[in-house]
Amino acid sequence: MLKTDYDVIVVGAGPAGSIAARFAAEQGVSVLMLEKDRDVGYPVRCGEAISKSGVEEFIPSNEKWITSHIDKFSLNSPDGTEAIIEFQDAGYVLERRIFDYELAKTAAAAGAEILTRAYVNGLIIENDKVCGVKYEYRGEKKEIKAKIVIGADGVESRVGRWAGIKTHIHFKDMECCTQVTASNINADSNTLYFYFGQNYAPGGYFWVFPKGKGIANIGLGVSGMVGKKKSALSYLNDFMSENYPTAPILTSIAGGVPSTVTLEKISAPGIMLVGDAARQVNPLSGGGIASGMIGGSIAGRIAGEAIKKNNLNYILTYDKAWHDRLGKRHEIFERIKNGIYNFTDEKFNKIAHSFNKIPKDKRTLGRLFTTALINQPSLLVDVAKVFII
Amino acid sequence: MFRQAKNGKLMIEILPDKCDFCGCCVGICPEDAIELKEAEIFIIDERCTNCAKCVWSCPIEVIRFNKEGVVV
Repeated sequence: MLKTDYDVIVVGAGPAGSIAARFAAEQGVSVLMLEKDRDVGYPVRCGEAISKSGVEEFIPSNEKWITSHIDKFSLNSPDGTEAIIEFQDAGYVLERRIFDYELAKTAAAAGAEILTRAYVNGLIIENDKVCGVKYEYRGEKKEIKAKIVIGADGVESRVGRWAGIKTHIHFKDMECCTQVTASNINADSNTLYFYFGQNYAPGGYFWVFPKGKGIANIGLGVSGMVGKKKSALSYLNDFMSENYPTAPILTSIAGGVPSTVTLEKISAPGIMLVGDAARQVNPLSGGGIASGMIGGSIAGRIAGEAIKKNNLNYILTYDKAWHDRLGKRHEIFERIKNGIYNFTDEKFNKIAHSFNKIPKDKRTLGRLFTTALINQPSLLVDVAKVFII
Repeated sequence: MFRQAKNGKLMIEILPDKCDFCGCCVGICPEDAIELKEAEIFIIDERCTNCAKCVWSCPIEVIRFNKEGVVV
């Protein structure tokens, strides 16, 4: 039985929402998390790769939701040259439907209440301050009050819009993605494969992320600019019919990844945004699980503190806290991304050839980007800032 | 009922049978003109300006122009 009002309502039960709910609840304030779908963690719209450190800041690694352990990146240029980068304990390919579910359980264990099939379709706004949500639950229209609403509603990011924050992004900054999870795929189960170039995914990349036992997530993302001429689906169909025409398809999904810097404003009176809704995705990799959880943790903690201090204006400190922790870094990633965005196939080939001449033990991600951006000295400084070379 | 083409502009149509309900178009729409539930999607007529950004960004070709106007 729900209460009539809560200290904090979180809209959306993905990783960012669950972590926000957990960090707020851990401070002893009342928290309700609403999810529009019937299940937490499903459908999955994600390549599911994440670094080990990104996971372990929030939950101990557990084989229950790890499908493969990654220690190599295989980066493939258009002429078929493969550059390999090795890591120790780099990360995992997850089973998100289990992972998200487990994260939500940690929020519940901290005291948060959770309700699925609750479709939030508006906000209660009084005196220019957000003070609750309107939602539909099993066909009934309902309202519920909250001192703070946290929008974790993903790429759509409508909660923020209703609060007057400009959240829609330019279509050139949206990586429009589609992916299949396929069986009978011949790939090393400890390697993430990336493919670059005009045939695969212009201005983005094509991925094959293994999930063990011959299963893999195979997909790509292209900017809306590219999608204008040829859709992500069409690129995926080309790849599959050329490489795996008879592979059994276990799931097929679409999704949008906001690949840009964080929104200028991610908090306002009574409202905070986290995860994809705040555009907290790493714009270079397109990865958003770890950064979303970090955003969620900061927002949840600050929301809890604001309630306890009885000073709701305190939530406005979230923007700076996020910027200092990751937002600033994402601005650098965005510049690097823009530096490599328009590379031709020849350029990718040249980079791969040069990189493979570097001694094997020195082939790091930092070296790779240095090789790629050698003619753009201003960006080399950026590379130095974010990668240990 | 038909949504008539306004000012000679093209009209936008979402094919719900093909839609994956991923929300990519919702994140892009400058007018907040797309309503998306768990497995239900539609354009809010009064808000749509036919800007076509959703058409270009749909990863799986579910949104398209329809010059004749769209049955709703």
